[in-house]
Amino acid sequence: MANADFEGRVYPADAPYSVGREKIREFAVAVGATHPAHHDLVAARGLGYPDLVAPPTFAVVVAQRTEAQYVRDPEAAIDFSRVVHADERFTHHRPIVAGDELTTVLHVDRIVSRGAISMVTTRCEIYAMPQHVEVPSPEAETPGEHVATVTSTLAIRGEDA
Amino acid sequence: MTRPDLAALSVGDVIGQRTVTFDRAALVRYAGASGDLNPIHWNDRFAQEAGLPGVIAHGMLTMGTVVGLVTEWAGDPGAVVDYQTRFTKPVEVPNPGVATIDVTATIGAVDAEAGTARVDLAVTVDGAKVLGRAQAQVRL
Repeated sequence: MANADFEGRVYPADAPYSVGREKIREFAVAVGATHPAHHDLVAARGLGYPDLVAPPTFAVVVAQRTEAQYVRDPEAAIDFSRVVHADERFTHHRPIVAGDELTTVLHVDRIVSRGAISMVTTRCEIYAMPQHVEVPSPEAETPGEHVATVTSTLAIRGEDA
Repeated sequence: MTRPDLAALSVGDVIGQRTVTFDRAALVRYAGASGDLNPIHWNDRFAQEAGLPGVIAHGMLTMGTVVGLVTEWAGDPGAVVDYQTRFTKPVEVPNPGVATIDVTATIGAVDAEAGTARVDLAVTVDGAKVLGRAQAQVRL
């Protein structure tokens, strides 16, 4: 049973994730994304982007890294051998491109347990940090330009489910 | 690359159909590329202990793959401004062999004011739906 005390927790902006060209290409190959803007700089720039464009679900790489702060915390009581992914949503305020330095604020929005099943919804707010900044500033109102929101729900079965 | 004309779209238009296959190597490749190393996607013993018949594909692999139909149609991967789904049924991937996934993309809504079209993806394995309410909002 997921620990309901974690509902409402907010984890501050984490260490930046550097979006690399080869990572975009590698992820694009893994999901069979053949659009040239993922692979070819000239094609991406031809569409008006500064660099290679990440596929629409690439933000999951960034989000899952951030979510680990919560889901791997033993206190959260999330047994990964009993987890299935229930839903996922990406909202892009602008596409992620190679060269972005992304930092993410994690929200644990909802923890609901019914019977032996717990449903846990997290929300990652992903920001691109200004180019000259290397660590997120705790004082800044937001860590940078809002790039994407990733909402994810996990279903965790209890021991007797 | 030509972009679709929003004004020419009608709800119900089928914009594309395709069949994709996943073998075990595709799962390992996605695990490495995404960093999702959950053993239910590559270890049969672990998957069975978790109550599954065997290794299943990452839901995110299915979600990430089928949206290719939309980005190619849109002519610009950055045009997908919102994309969501529910994972309704695990996709079992045999060894040896492949899981075969059928995808049909249909216009679900057109919002001329916002300049967006909603593309609904029907994603099935052997006729059974594996993604529920798979919807992509595309800015055109």
